[in-house]
Amino acid sequence: MSKAVLHLSEGTEPGFLREVEQEAGTRVSLCYQCGKCAASCPVSFVMDLEPYQVMRLVQLGARDEVLRSRTIWLCASCTACSERCPREVDVAATMDALRALARRSGYRPAEAQVALFHGIFLDNVRDTGRLHELGLMVRYKLRSGDLFSDLDVGLPMMRHGKLKPTPHRIRGVEQLRVLFARVRAREAAAVRQSTGADRESEAAAGGRPEKGGEGR
Amino acid sequence: MKRIGVFLCHCGSNIAGTVDIDRLQEAVRRMPGVVYVEQNKYTCSEPGQEQIRKGIKEHRLDRVVVAACSPRMHENTFRRTVESAGLNPYLLEIANVREHCSWVHKDREEATAKAVDLVRRAVAKVVFNRPLQKARIPVEKRALVIGGGIAGIQAALDIADAGHEVWLVEKEPSIGGRMAQLDKTFPTLDCSLCILTPKMVDVAQHPNIRLLTYSQVENVGGYVGNFEVTIRKRARSVDESKCTGCGSCWAKCPHKVPSEFDLGLGQRKVIYVPFPQAVPNKPVIDREHCVYFKTGKCRVCERFCPAGAIDFTQEDELITERFGAIVAATGFDLFDHARYGEYGAGQDPDIISGLHFERLVNASGPTEGKIKRPSDGKVPRSVAFITCVGSRDDHKGISYCSRVCCMYTAKHAILLSEKVPGCRSYVFYMDMRTPGKGYEEFYKRSQEMGTQYVRGRVARIYREGDHLVVQGEDTLLGRKVLVEADMVVLATGITPRRDAGELARTLGISYDQYAFFNEAHPKLRPVETNTAGIYLAGACQGPKDIPDAVAQASGAAAKVTAMFSKDTLTADPLIATVNEAICSGCLWCKPICPYRAIDEKIITERVRGRTVSRRVATVNAGLCQGCGACTVACRDGAMNLLGFSNEQVLAEVEALCR
Amino acid sequence: MKYAYFPGCSLSGTAREYERSTRAVARVLGLELEEIPDWSCCGATSAHATDKLLSLALPARSLARADEMGLDVVAPCAACFNRLRTTVHAVRSDRKVRQEVEEVLGQPYAACSDAYALPDVIVNRHGLDNIVPHLKKSLGGLKVACYYGCLLVRPSAVTAFDDPEDPQTMDRLVRALGGEPVVWPAKTECCGASLSITRTRVVWQLAAQILTAAQKAGAEAIVVACPFCQSNLDMRQVQAQKWSGRRWNIPVYYFTQLLGVALGLPPGELGLESHFVDPLGVLRQKALV
Repeated sequence: MSKAVLHLSEGTEPGFLREVEQEAGTRVSLCYQCGKCAASCPVSFVMDLEPYQVMRLVQLGARDEVLRSRTIWLCASCTACSERCPREVDVAATMDALRALARRSGYRPAEAQVALFHGIFLDNVRDTGRLHELGLMVRYKLRSGDLFSDLDVGLPMMRHGKLKPTPHRIRGVEQLRVLFARVRAREAAAVRQSTGADRESEAAAGGRPEKGGEGR
Repeated sequence: MKRIGVFLCHCGSNIAGTVDIDRLQEAVRRMPGVVYVEQNKYTCSEPGQEQIRKGIKEHRLDRVVVAACSPRMHENTFRRTVESAGLNPYLLEIANVREHCSWVHKDREEATAKAVDLVRRAVAKVVFNRPLQKARIPVEKRALVIGGGIAGIQAALDIADAGHEVWLVEKEPSIGGRMAQLDKTFPTLDCSLCILTPKMVDVAQHPNIRLLTYSQVENVGGYVGNFEVTIRKRARSVDESKCTGCGSCWAKCPHKVPSEFDLGLGQRKVIYVPFPQAVPNKPVIDREHCVYFKTGKCRVCERFCPAGAIDFTQEDELITERFGAIVAATGFDLFDHARYGEYGAGQDPDIISGLHFERLVNASGPTEGKIKRPSDGKVPRSVAFITCVGSRDDHKGISYCSRVCCMYTAKHAILLSEKVPGCRSYVFYMDMRTPGKGYEEFYKRSQEMGTQYVRGRVARIYREGDHLVVQGEDTLLGRKVLVEADMVVLATGITPRRDAGELARTLGISYDQYAFFNEAHPKLRPVETNTAGIYLAGACQGPKDIPDAVAQASGAAAKVTAMFSKDTLTADPLIATVNEAICSGCLWCKPICPYRAIDEKIITERVRGRTVSRRVATVNAGLCQGCGACTVACRDGAMNLLGFSNEQVLAEVEALCR
Repeated sequence: MKYAYFPGCSLSGTAREYERSTRAVARVLGLELEEIPDWSCCGATSAHATDKLLSLALPARSLARADEMGLDVVAPCAACFNRLRTTVHAVRSDRKVRQEVEEVLGQPYAACSDAYALPDVIVNRHGLDNIVPHLKKSLGGLKVACYYGCLLVRPSAVTAFDDPEDPQTMDRLVRALGGEPVVWPAKTECCGASLSITRTRVVWQLAAQILTAAQKAGAEAIVVACPFCQSNLDMRQVQAQKWSGRRWNIPVYYFTQLLGVALGLPPGELGLESHFVDPLGVLRQKALV
């Protein structure tokens, strides 16, 4: 966790907690930082913030610090945290909500690769209706520059017919295109709503913090 | 026309800060029947009360309304005030403009308007108030204490010492309860039985106490001062008058079963006393497991009993007795950690509860006080303690703090380091709660003795070969931690007795969502229930440690002796009455009454010159608590709650709807 | 029994052998699987990590088709099952969610059909009693670690067919097949599937922990019911061995493959040729192939 002083009275956004709770559909305010989420988390060892620290920062309204964190992108959505939480906070859903908020608020994802992967995955689904695994991998490798990993397993997979060379295009692909467009339109509307007039003026005055995660 | 006086209280700024009292006074002045209005800074103060008395005399008031705080606060005060001025105390009404208005509103305009409505309601009602007289009922000066743990023992001794007869009923073969199962007690590390047994012996020897063990309350009838209770005294199969407690029978009995007292860690005979210091020191035969009762053969105990006390033919006995007061002291059960799948679901023998640990350290326990883990008898080199198991966990349905686990875990860590030097101990905790005399110092002592405290809840415990792995988080570091432990002790929380709800219904007292018995008021009436004459002691009311349980027991005993200091009781006249002329005798009211106060009776009357009999409802004035459920159920409108009669309530509704 | 079958994208690619063995086993057991016509991807983690509505609308498209078929859905892939069931649950329990889903979907969706996981359908719904009579071979005491991972059992309020901490569905199957399910602590630990491509080392580490736990428990094989679990424990096992210097060499089967072996089906029909860790050696030892 950043060791900078957290100015609770000025440096935080009290409305952030409610925003997250609404998006996630769970009561983050109930978290009492017992740590059972982190103790359950299989990937906490690569996280910059422990899950309950994310919950704490949300409670305090430390919007910027939360949305910049790697943790929200590294969450593997295994839901062990949500399953065991003694206060019944859906921690995994909160991570989903924070990713969505980070995207909508224009934050550069602290784990760029993860976000890139999700984006390519969904484009792939939008275009053909079903995921084409080979297409996803090739596209991801080209865009991420990570060209050579997994070559050892790629060839045997080809040999076993585990990587289909061509995608299957479903008949209802137009319905999916419209579906994606409608979701995007709703998202855009949500962005307009959350970045209301006050924030825009703040940004114009240069008061808005520069966004983006730290490098890898 | 009635002459009504209205007294408006400011309650400092509590009411006047939000309600405009001058405007309220103007509005009240114009209400029908109101002949006098005045305001006071504090109406409950002596000068405030004097103003009421003066008002009654000078303005010949025959009805009084006080607009102030909740009637739960000062209704009795003002009833006595009007009584001292010569009015019947029930010709008073309270308009609650504090809790119902000024405290819950911010807008002065709206609060004032609401205060006017509330006073108008009271004025409309008081017109129909009638003088009521308190009834007097006799008191049976004999108390029943249910439960022979430390709370029940203390309550029984205190009442008995005050010179009253007490019956103490205990379900198990011996008194002593949970405290008898403990090894040492925090924060002084007194040996639990060493301080408990003198009290147990006092009970056995007290001339005013009649002790019924292996017995249960089966039915409770009657009402405050006059309860009629049926007790089932289960067949012991041992004649207590002959038995000397020599122990030959349980020494010779050839059959063993897991001991309930040792939570299955040790064994007992089928004829047994639960523990060596049992009171009474007379065994019972566990008929479910006794070979003679199953096959008709054996009778070894009978052969070896020098007193001829074994009696296989004994039967359960039903005893009915009258009591003036009842103290419920039925104690608690431990949360069953089988509900924690992540902590082994109760399947691993080396994951035990705190009470199991008490039996393991106790010199008269199954290991004779040597701490050995249950699976293979190995002395542990590393033990993890986990608090808040079945406490503060909404996911497992228990939101409350069990109050004792932090402390008993500190105690376990201390006892462990004394008994197994060099054994490493880890305590996983969320918050250390040590709000008692000497408690924080005790916690510090366990830290000084080398206990490693880790702040964080454990995610899971799993077995890896010979040992257990505890996977937790140190939230103070923000790092995941693993502990390899030979044994894990779960500080399981306190829950109500499994049959608490059933007993509450038998007694006619209320209980909360968990089945802890409800006190009448959480702060000001902590030992009374809402049912007059029934009191609470110990953990049946909520989690408690020993000092708190003892204090509450003495409090309950004081309430009982205060009641027994009078020969008769005055009964509140605000009870239901039947208008027999219009009662159709349908008795819908009967099953609805939570106090079983309604019965049927046959009346005879003359109809057009002929004598006919018919059935009507009748209310037992001693049992009725004035809840009003029957008046709502009554289809004929024949049931009326005095002080809240149908015409009074309708007048209030009309006043509010105006 | 007849179900609307949602194979999911992996089953025509990386999890081909799951598809083949599922079809083969279903045929022998008399379980009718009617593929949902023109089904589309459930969106997997990428959808719910991006947008909640999208993550519900994508499965809803296929589920609406199952509603038209009037059949409950079965999904062999644990991830698909989880997304499908989450959607059914969300649409049923919140009117507003249903309205939003229908709006972006452009068609009504009432969530009539239920969604079930394949092991639940075969072991619990079809039932062991209907399997045992068909068995031709016994697994001969083969020590098997049943690995459920996360998506099959969590969140339990949604998945609702087995214990989230100590699930038993596949264990009961293995026992019925003559195998010996081992007691082991990593049954429902996560393999890190969603980070498999982007943070491969994390997955190596998680796979290493799971494989080590299985090894310590004496398992000769692992069974799974999820394409991601399979590839992370099988394909990545080979990589993790190189990376960590440890050796496990534990074959990882889809539960349908082991079931198929016990039903006497030839290895070719069960896709047993396309594993990374040799799946046949252990089976040969028990004279199963």
